[in-house]
Amino acid sequence: MSAEAPAGPARTRLPLVALAGNPNTGKTTLFNRLTRSDRKVANYPGITVERHEGELRLPGGRTVRVLDVPGTYSLSARSREEEIAIDSVAGLRGEPEPDLVVLVADATQLSRNLYMALQVLELEVPLVVALNMSDALAARGASIDVDALSNALGVAVVAIAAQKGQGLAALESAIERALAAPDGARPGARWQPGSVELAADLERVGAVLPPEWSRGNPARVRALAAWALLSLDEHDELRDVPEALRRAVIERRAQAQQTSRQIETEIIRGRYDWIDALTASVVREGPQARTATERADAVLLNPWIGFPLFLLAMSVVFLALFSWSEPAIGAIEAGFGVLTGLVRDALGPGILRDFVTDGLIAGVGSVVVFLPQILLLFLFIGILEDTGYMARVACIMDRLMRAMGLSGRAFVPMLSGYACAVPAILATRTMERQRDRTLTMMVVPLMTCSARLPVYTLVIGALFPPTLLLGFAPVQSLMLVAMYLFSALMALVVAAVLSRTMLKGPRVPLILEMPPYRTPHWPSVLRQMFQKARTFLTEAGSVILVCTIALWGLLAFPKDAQREERRETLAAAIAAAETETEGRESQERVEALTAEDAALAGEALRESYGGRLGRAIEPAIEPLGFDWKIGVGLIGAFAAREVFVATLGVVYGMGGVDEDSTTLRERIRAETRANGEHVYTPLTGLSLMIFFALACQCMSTLAAVRRETRSWGWVLFLFAYMTALAWIASFAVYQGGRALGFS
Amino acid sequence: MPNPRDLRPGETARLLEVGGDRSFRRRLMEMGFLPGTPVRLVRRVRIGDLVEFEVRGGHISLRASEAGALRFESQR
Repeated sequence: MSAEAPAGPARTRLPLVALAGNPNTGKTTLFNRLTRSDRKVANYPGITVERHEGELRLPGGRTVRVLDVPGTYSLSARSREEEIAIDSVAGLRGEPEPDLVVLVADATQLSRNLYMALQVLELEVPLVVALNMSDALAARGASIDVDALSNALGVAVVAIAAQKGQGLAALESAIERALAAPDGARPGARWQPGSVELAADLERVGAVLPPEWSRGNPARVRALAAWALLSLDEHDELRDVPEALRRAVIERRAQAQQTSRQIETEIIRGRYDWIDALTASVVREGPQARTATERADAVLLNPWIGFPLFLLAMSVVFLALFSWSEPAIGAIEAGFGVLTGLVRDALGPGILRDFVTDGLIAGVGSVVVFLPQILLLFLFIGILEDTGYMARVACIMDRLMRAMGLSGRAFVPMLSGYACAVPAILATRTMERQRDRTLTMMVVPLMTCSARLPVYTLVIGALFPPTLLLGFAPVQSLMLVAMYLFSALMALVVAAVLSRTMLKGPRVPLILEMPPYRTPHWPSVLRQMFQKARTFLTEAGSVILVCTIALWGLLAFPKDAQREERRETLAAAIAAAETETEGRESQERVEALTAEDAALAGEALRESYGGRLGRAIEPAIEPLGFDWKIGVGLIGAFAAREVFVATLGVVYGMGGVDEDSTTLRERIRAETRANGEHVYTPLTGLSLMIFFALACQCMSTLAAVRRETRSWGWVLFLFAYMTALAWIASFAVYQGGRALGFS
Repeated sequence: MPNPRDLRPGETARLLEVGGDRSFRRRLMEMGFLPGTPVRLVRRVRIGDLVEFEVRGGHISLRASEAGALRFESQR
């Protein structure tokens, strides 16, 4: 799965076909149908929105590049994705001008979809309209006269059903014909400004358009002037817009208002009047009936049934997430164990072997082990989105999220945060305002990501009794559920505080489309899932790998030559004793030698850079109930949280342990302080889990926030507030618990 | 001028004007909420305090408070 295909000159000369359209029109399904393989994923220059490109071989043998433009309702811009839509369709601000735009239109909502088609026509970009969901239209008993529509628009119109794969051959032929004769695809008709005043507004704004935008084409000048009049104002967050243009727009708008004109209404009304005149003659409506979707929503959005059903759906998702991922996680851990063993045998003892096994393989392993949970959660999110239920979830959650200063739209990023904060931070890109994106990014890292789970599993398994509360509720499972709920609660509380203080701002109104329910298109769901996994591997995985290797260095150096020598002798003696004839004596000998080796390893760790660091921070973490050994683990956890478990294994001279190993659990239960008290009590365990729940121990998250906000300030703030919150909360839990008489 | 509060679920009314903040108004109009267009109030989603409308074949939910920007022609 190579993310970057070579961008050779042959490749860039291929004609570019931009696939545009409203959200929920099946645009991505069509993209997946047309481009069967080789997809190029990168970010748009200057903006972090993913740019998906694939190749399509046309029936005549010609190959074209297909660009999946983010779904938008119009080319007017407000959000990042809308900015991309206008840039990709019109070839602005660094985006290449497409040779052809294929507009995917939902046949069941023709007029609203033609609104965007009309904007493309105005730009005089060659166009083909793919009329999707023609099957759903027929099922409703309605129909569209495709030929008449094609004649009226002056471009090819092809009826397709992307999900069933119908009409694709005809669409490909139409693309081929339009590319061969681009003039044939030029519009024969389009909307004209309805009044002298509006024509004057367009001309005035058109006069200050950058020449590289309009390229001397009068139609483009007018189309882009209309775009500017709809998109620009004092508060837009659009990049690279000349200030003169914005000023001209604001000025014309103010002038129009003096004569009670609304320029926006005039432009949009003009377009819709044109569209309505057209659709009146080409659309034959079927009988109006309450659809299956409306009947389903009567139940799913019912106040008494809808919310319990939503909770049930979420519980099923999380139960499946844990129970289904477990075998895969076990297999991956076993696999990496075998690999480590093989390498250990193949390479002689020494620093290279340690680097490969403890640094490299452990690093890759600690990344890959998350894949099962991440794949599963994104599979479920994909299913929820593709069936249309996610829009209802946004509906259900909006009231709560709104009270916290977020919007229902923040639900998907927050749910994604249960897998990994990095793809969740990237999922904020669909939001309209930077303030909302930043606010969501500041709280998503609080969600219980899969890296916290091994820590919770170890602590709960070791320190909390496997008994039933009130005779039926398992204490350990309850603790885990409580930690998950705690994280969501903290995220909401922090959002409520930030939205009322540092990130105060006007609320963005919610406009939420409720698409009809449908069965998911599995290839699209799976493709989406693998994309998210790839995001995790490339964005988070690389950082985790580097940090794990750096951590290995911190814990492995400086080396004491004498001690190393002794350990080598010991290793040889252990190997020799193991091969000796079986018997109690040789077994005891092996155990004694192993214990000595482990003690030496512990000593080496204590004197390593990491160990020194752990001891240096001990005064700061002592009030939380942690000793320097936990401190070393915490330092390790800054690379990636789950490294904590492996680091503890090293700290206690056990090597190669995971969160389920009983030896590590027993070992930490036995660990005592200088005064003979146990280090690990349920209270320390709770304090430790609270710390892990709140502290920002993830370099990949910080790197992602830096890229998405383009500010070091927010990165620092995120790190500082989370770590401070973690310290304070752990302090309160530990000291409060002690004051109440818990140990 | 009735606003969405005065409509019963399932009732269709002609839109008279769209108010609210400029970019919100522009968005609504581009999605088909234009004065003169028939709009059906599909349901009030009480769990989320939203109102679902049908306009030009599409179903769109707005927050009940923000839907107040829509004014309808009087039915009677």
